[in-house]
Amino acid sequence: MSVDQATVRRIARLARIRVRDDEVAGLQGELNAILSFVERLGEVDVDGIEPMTAVTPRPMTPRRDVVDDGGIASAVTANAPATEDHFFTVPKVIE
Amino acid sequence: MSDLTALSLAAARDGLRAKRFSALELNEASITAVAAAKPLNCFITETPDHARRAARVADERLGRGEARPLEGIPLGIKDLYCTLGVQTTAASRILQGFEPPYESTVSANLWRDGATMLGKLNLDEFAMGSSNETSFFGPVVSPWRRREGDELSEAAIVPGGSSGGSAAAVAARLCFGATATDTGGSIRQPAAFTGTVGIKPTYGRCSRWGIVAFASSLDQAGPIARDVRDCAILLRSMAGHDPKDTTSVDLPVPDYEAAVGASMKGRVIGIPSEYRMDGMSAEVEALWERGIAWMRDAGADIREISLPHTRYALAAYYIVAPAEASSNLARYDGVRYGLRVPARDVVDMYEETRAAGFGREVRRRIMVGTYVLSAGYYDAYYVRAQKIRTLIKRDFENAFAAGVDAILTPATPTAAFAAGEKGSGDPIEMYLNDVFTVTVNMAGLPGIAVPAGVSANGLPLGLQLIGRAFDEATLFTAAAAIEAAAPKVELPARWW
Repeated sequence: MSVDQATVRRIARLARIRVRDDEVAGLQGELNAILSFVERLGEVDVDGIEPMTAVTPRPMTPRRDVVDDGGIASAVTANAPATEDHFFTVPKVIE
Repeated sequence: MSDLTALSLAAARDGLRAKRFSALELNEASITAVAAAKPLNCFITETPDHARRAARVADERLGRGEARPLEGIPLGIKDLYCTLGVQTTAASRILQGFEPPYESTVSANLWRDGATMLGKLNLDEFAMGSSNETSFFGPVVSPWRRREGDELSEAAIVPGGSSGGSAAAVAARLCFGATATDTGGSIRQPAAFTGTVGIKPTYGRCSRWGIVAFASSLDQAGPIARDVRDCAILLRSMAGHDPKDTTSVDLPVPDYEAAVGASMKGRVIGIPSEYRMDGMSAEVEALWERGIAWMRDAGADIREISLPHTRYALAAYYIVAPAEASSNLARYDGVRYGLRVPARDVVDMYEETRAAGFGREVRRRIMVGTYVLSAGYYDAYYVRAQKIRTLIKRDFENAFAAGVDAILTPATPTAAFAAGEKGSGDPIEMYLNDVFTVTVNMAGLPGIAVPAGVSANGLPLGLQLIGRAFDEATLFTAAAAIEAAAPKVELPARWW
């Protein structure tokens, strides 16, 4: 499988990465090189094989259902580019 | 005291306890070495005051006879580990200026055991790369130089990646050991390129909590150091169960140092025929043969084995790792931390921020990951890759079930190369560096790279040993046997 330029733009949009017009052709070539490299996986017979979900399967140990952290709003927002009263702020999303 | 930096970690530890020098003297020697090594660009942030503060505490404890396992030992921390109040960037513009309000579990374990921090080490951006050329803070230069004719060339050699700053700093004797991380070979390949020892532990052995995530099902923390014993000492402190990482495993951490020097008699070493692949240099193949002979001389039984799905591991990795990366890196949205590029509306803000904040390799991998997870392609790419991952793991399980204790392979297909030499046109050329290491991440197993010789042009070459899950101890034993048998790989003299 290979991608065309419209697909490159669609992927960039899904990934929320702005791609300039002059970058599209280069990205298309790079993505197609990678997709052609992974093509060999089509040779493998995977009938009846379960996809891996955990590389070291072990029962999950649930933690105790208690509040063990919190009250640190200043620390949580300390690195944000824009905040107001311990809230993150973003450009307006609703009119 | 100028040669304190040349000591091994174990020798520095023993010297401190014997009061031959103080922790402050040891740390000042390292701080001076770091300050004088700017041309290597190993550090993104230097923290000499942190080291001095911890060294004073260490001297008090040493004076009272209450030394902890790493008391006063200066280390470098890969800038993927969050460090409380100290800038943590993942070598990305998008995290420039980020000062975590918390400490990663693994680095906290090292401070608990008395180590000191010299600074934050450079890496490939978000640990994506095999040459440390993708860092926003500039490439790392290896202390190694290659011979051309009778002379050492001045061409900058790459230290490997992604833990290139860790490997170069250890090889240049700027620190006694360093933390690193390995998603597809990022500890073992740079260790092999710099004549150092690096171990990727079993998935779950070290906590991932507080380490910037790349591909969560593959990422694992581990040390790089100048010899096998030093690596064993560091891993014992780094490892252990952490309730904050649900994939970290609640198993006792053995005294790995005790495994160094143990007998190889009767241990079975597997040699996988599928690792004799195209593109392997003749000298790497010869090195592998010597490694087999050293193992046999040490008393091991050598057995040919087959890992039939090896040839698919790298391709499956380049689906699974970008897929996980595209999810993990969705958090960099210009809202909670790091860079924000202002824009009219929130979607524009996301898109402009991520275009400006991520470098080219990271953007490319996020896009591959987004594509293979997108509607209509998920089964053909992602699910198929995860099925092949099951087969890769099964290959190893079969070998171990048949009695193999560890598997010996080359660490990399070639020695290190010069900056700018690979991957500029075709990304796959760079990805092939990880062809021998990536299988281990796909199967969650431990793997160690140990120096075993030098190439015709004078650069180090490494061998890799792969072990059973949670049997790092056997890897330390086997790697120490290779270290003892191989001609000593002398680290380069200072030119920087």
